[in-house]
Amino acid sequence: MLNGNELPMKTDVSHIRKLLEAVLDPEVPALSISDLGILRDVKENPEGFEIIITPTFTGCPAMKTIEENINDVLHENGITDFKITTVLSPAWTTDWMTEEGKVKLKAYGIAPPTWSTEQHLKAMLEGKKEKVECPFCNSSNTKLTSPFGSTACKALHYCDNCHQPFEEFKCH
Amino acid sequence: MTKQEALFEYCLRLGDTSLILGQRVSEWCGHAPILEEDIAMSNISLDLIGQARIILTYAGEVEGKGRTEDDLAYLRDARQFRNLLLVEQPNGDFAMTMARHFLVSVYNFHLYNLLSKSSDATISAFAAKSLKEIAYHVRHSSDWVIRLGDGTAESRTKMQTALNDLWYYTDDMFQADEVDALLFKEGIAAEMNDVRKLWHQTVSDTVKKSGLELPVANNALRMGSRDGNHTEYLGYILAEMQFLPRAYPDAKW
Repeated sequence: MLNGNELPMKTDVSHIRKLLEAVLDPEVPALSISDLGILRDVKENPEGFEIIITPTFTGCPAMKTIEENINDVLHENGITDFKITTVLSPAWTTDWMTEEGKVKLKAYGIAPPTWSTEQHLKAMLEGKKEKVECPFCNSSNTKLTSPFGSTACKALHYCDNCHQPFEEFKCH
Repeated sequence: MTKQEALFEYCLRLGDTSLILGQRVSEWCGHAPILEEDIAMSNISLDLIGQARIILTYAGEVEGKGRTEDDLAYLRDARQFRNLLLVEQPNGDFAMTMARHFLVSVYNFHLYNLLSKSSDATISAFAAKSLKEIAYHVRHSSDWVIRLGDGTAESRTKMQTALNDLWYYTDDMFQADEVDALLFKEGIAAEMNDVRKLWHQTVSDTVKKSGLELPVANNALRMGSRDGNHTEYLGYILAEMQFLPRAYPDAKW
């Protein structure tokens, strides 16, 4: 029920984008879903708004939480005429991570992806292992401990310079 | 057979292979030889189950009878499953698990690479997306084939035994039937002879690097996954995987 103090606010795509900047990745809370490239588009259709998202990894368990958080943020701001669509194509890639996102990630203590997806895939198939820069001391004297880490999107490394284990956001 | 029936069948083959392998790999959770491998196994399993969810959801849509990914995963019996015989084989020791993962990941890598150009938009999106995850699985399992093959006498024996034992199920991966033929004509499916050639090349290269011998198959190889003729192991996997949704059909959590 509406009263004089709760007039429905006129909203638009850029307002929704702005609101969604508050939706963080639950597993890497230093980054928003826009920084990560999970938020693909916001459209205004005749029947309402459409929020288009894409999963990082197919089995990423954070996707459901991300959807719930989008729902919460928009509802809290009085926006209800929207739907969330998940798309698979084009496949998500770390190439979409914003420069700002990479800076935030490093400051959070996770090495950002350094190579482009294409360079990475080629190197991987040739059996080469990338040298990842330590996010704490910037040394390249590091080694890969395991290509699989605490979440699907991260690998484990060890820095032989500052003797600190660290995580890397995998090139994907 | 209509195109729709063939596509449903094709999706089950892709989805069931990922699902059953994911279930098998998840059995290592809490039991892997080192912590990093325990984490790796759970990650790999998650990738595979994520892939299975996408393609089984699509299978349900193609079939058009309202079956969901859960209906297909939990409410079919062994004869209706279309996963490769290789992926249902027991984990055995760590070498056996890694050898199995290596053989099937190289297969999936080449298959998905071809399917990423499929004329079916969902199949090509699924393949392009999954390919990036599978590339990590190929590297990880190849590393272990080389490390164990090129390791101690004991590790070498275990890896060679694993490859020899699993080789028996590799022919099953490439058996093309009318489903493949019909969908290949439509530009949807991959040509299995191409997959076989690419697979053989990659597998031979890695086995050579590891110092192991490529198994020679003199006996008749076991086939039948395309028709739902499985080995004895699938029923036990399903008994565990399907227990909860069958015992408590409307359970929510």
